[in-house]
Amino acid sequence: MITELRDLKMNTPKINEPQALLTIQDLRVWYELRRFGFGHAGYVKAVDGVSFALAEGETVAVVGESGCGKSSLMKTILGLNIPTSGEVVFDGENLSGLKGDGLQHYRFKVGYVQQDPYGALPPFMNVQKILEEPLIISGMKSREERLARIHKVMSEVKLHPVEDFLKKFPHMLSGGQQQRIVIARAMLREPKLIVADEPVSMLDASVRVEILKLLRALQESHGLSVIYITHDLSTVKYFSRRIFVMYAGSLIEKADTRQLLGNPLHPYTHALLAATSDPEARNAETFKEVPPGEPPSLVNPPTGCRFHPRCPRFMAGLCDVKFPPDLEPEPGHFVACWLYQ
Amino acid sequence: MLYYPSAIVGLLVVFLLVFTAIYAMIKIPYNEAIRLWRGGEEVWYQNPKFAPPAWFNLFSSKKYSESFAVKTSDGSMTREVTPGAQGTSTMSIAYTFDFSYDYYPQELILYFTSSYEEKQPFISAEWLTPDGRKIRLVNMALSQKQTYRFSQDEKLKTRLRTEEVIPYLFSDPETGALVKGEYQLLITGAAFEPDADINVEFVSHGQVYGLAGTDQARRDLVVPLLWGAPIALAFGLIASLGTSVLTMVIAALGTWYGGWIDELIQRITEINLVLPFLSILIMIGTFYSRSIWVILGATILLSIFTGAIKSYRSIFVQVKESLYIEAARAYGASSPRIVFLYLIPRMIPLLIPGLVSSVPAFVFLEASLAVLGLGDPVLPTWGKIIEDANSNGALYRGYYYWILEPATLLMITGLGFAMLGFALDRIFNPKLRDV
Repeated sequence: MITELRDLKMNTPKINEPQALLTIQDLRVWYELRRFGFGHAGYVKAVDGVSFALAEGETVAVVGESGCGKSSLMKTILGLNIPTSGEVVFDGENLSGLKGDGLQHYRFKVGYVQQDPYGALPPFMNVQKILEEPLIISGMKSREERLARIHKVMSEVKLHPVEDFLKKFPHMLSGGQQQRIVIARAMLREPKLIVADEPVSMLDASVRVEILKLLRALQESHGLSVIYITHDLSTVKYFSRRIFVMYAGSLIEKADTRQLLGNPLHPYTHALLAATSDPEARNAETFKEVPPGEPPSLVNPPTGCRFHPRCPRFMAGLCDVKFPPDLEPEPGHFVACWLYQ
Repeated sequence: MLYYPSAIVGLLVVFLLVFTAIYAMIKIPYNEAIRLWRGGEEVWYQNPKFAPPAWFNLFSSKKYSESFAVKTSDGSMTREVTPGAQGTSTMSIAYTFDFSYDYYPQELILYFTSSYEEKQPFISAEWLTPDGRKIRLVNMALSQKQTYRFSQDEKLKTRLRTEEVIPYLFSDPETGALVKGEYQLLITGAAFEPDADINVEFVSHGQVYGLAGTDQARRDLVVPLLWGAPIALAFGLIASLGTSVLTMVIAALGTWYGGWIDELIQRITEINLVLPFLSILIMIGTFYSRSIWVILGATILLSIFTGAIKSYRSIFVQVKESLYIEAARAYGASSPRIVFLYLIPRMIPLLIPGLVSSVPAFVFLEASLAVLGLGDPVLPTWGKIIEDANSNGALYRGYYYWILEPATLLMITGLGFAMLGFALDRIFNPKLRDV
């Protein structure tokens, strides 16, 4: 209850903020484990009690290491996973109540940019076919209309001249061009929300910035909301206004980008920031301090704070007993850590 | 494709087969082919039995006599009619032929057809040898249809004092040696009515015949050999296409929907894998129907749920998890759309070589069934030729051509498709190139 109240508080308009586009309430995504194919053997708690709200036109980054539940959260937002409990409300509609056509329409309003652009494009379709598919599915019957839309979106993602690309197959394009196609595909149906799952992690460093700038330009010109999922804090500052740090299935710190990068509160965030590499000469000679141990198993997560076995500031009797609530030591900066009680 | 010699050879063979098949269907339409294949003595009376093909002579120092048939009605035998008094007429029919072989013909036959009202016409036939002998064969009155077989004329046997008429006619009576040269058959006929008429057909059943030889029912083997091609191709291609496409679709559906559908498909496959395929086909052939279409349907049905479904499934399980499928789900593609437009197209490169390489297996299956006596009773196929040859003891009696002709065609077909399939496999799956 406290969590919810605080979340609501967080969502209260600050700077002429429009109403929430996406609200997630205490979301849990558990995968059942089976023994010998039928016996119950526990759950993988990939997402465990996540709440946040996303305003229209807002950009947010979800940061966390591999296996922390980022992808499960993202897939649930995309409607690919069915939440075990909790609510996903998009544009006033509850996702769990949607079936068939309703789900279909929801999907038209959400664009998806994947990590590996080559894998994300069917290798046996040419660019035109790839881009026509979502339009055909959304019921655009006229071929001319579809082509006009494709032309428009392809010039928006700066694939010039459009005609040169239409007949090409994915393997004939460079990584950057492939990712532009993936972005174009996400933009085709004028979505309100884009979910970008590590959109630049598979690209060359030289192309990364361009793709991020492109995403930013699209976000600004179309007033899109963007959920940017990454494990790489160095790319976050390009266009995310807020950052959520995720650890072992829950969001442990939520703050504005500046606040979080300038004044990280959670010990895990500290460690994460410290581990971010910067190409500086002196970094070549020093080793960074990383928290000992490994991310916890999601089947049997540690009791209390999930981070306590690795935490340098672990308080016995508290951290390993009770899960910390979202605390707000400074305005708009939420952290789930007993240190700030 | 042209970098692969086996592809070129394979393609050539396949094209040749397709060309043969089309040629066969144009040259001998289906109904005609069935009439010829099912026809008995009345269709094939001009042909010898068990005759190897005529080109045997090219490889043999001793020449076998070739068959021929001539008749007065189409002018290949000359006929002169001389009108006599009171409506009578005499006619002389002659046929001269060059005999330069080293073996006697099997049989010589005269087929007479005559028309008259009351008085039967009368003929007498004579045989003129190159060394100037003149042998009287027969004098007889004709009924409307009459057949005269030289070797079975008992009177002639007595008169010539020999049991073997044909050798006698072609050899020197003193030495018994075969005489080569121009022989002449002379028939003198007498008709006693104004409208009476006599026509003769002279047939020599030689030792060799035509391009492909003949079988026990005097049938020209060219017919089943030619018609075997379209039937083998149709059976092989339909079975292979049906099997691989259905297998792939079922594997894809099972993998995509998962759950009990997948379980059901897997269990059916496992059961089917231990069922004896050929025995079931033999049972169907024995108890139900030997029609090629029934067998084809049963073959396809039994071949769907085989190991292939398992190997396709293993790949589909991988493809199912791929990012582009996830993307398609995220933009709202329906399940059937994903199965048919996203899963299956990924497998086409595997499907096509497999499809081509499995054609010969089905062609051989059809032939095997025919050899086992379960071939289609109506259609002329390569397998049927082998079955006939086998049941007539072709190998014991030395009629090797009878088995080798269809067997060679079967082997060439198998080889052609196999070579093409291997080449296609390399083209579609470049990883195999270095192996």
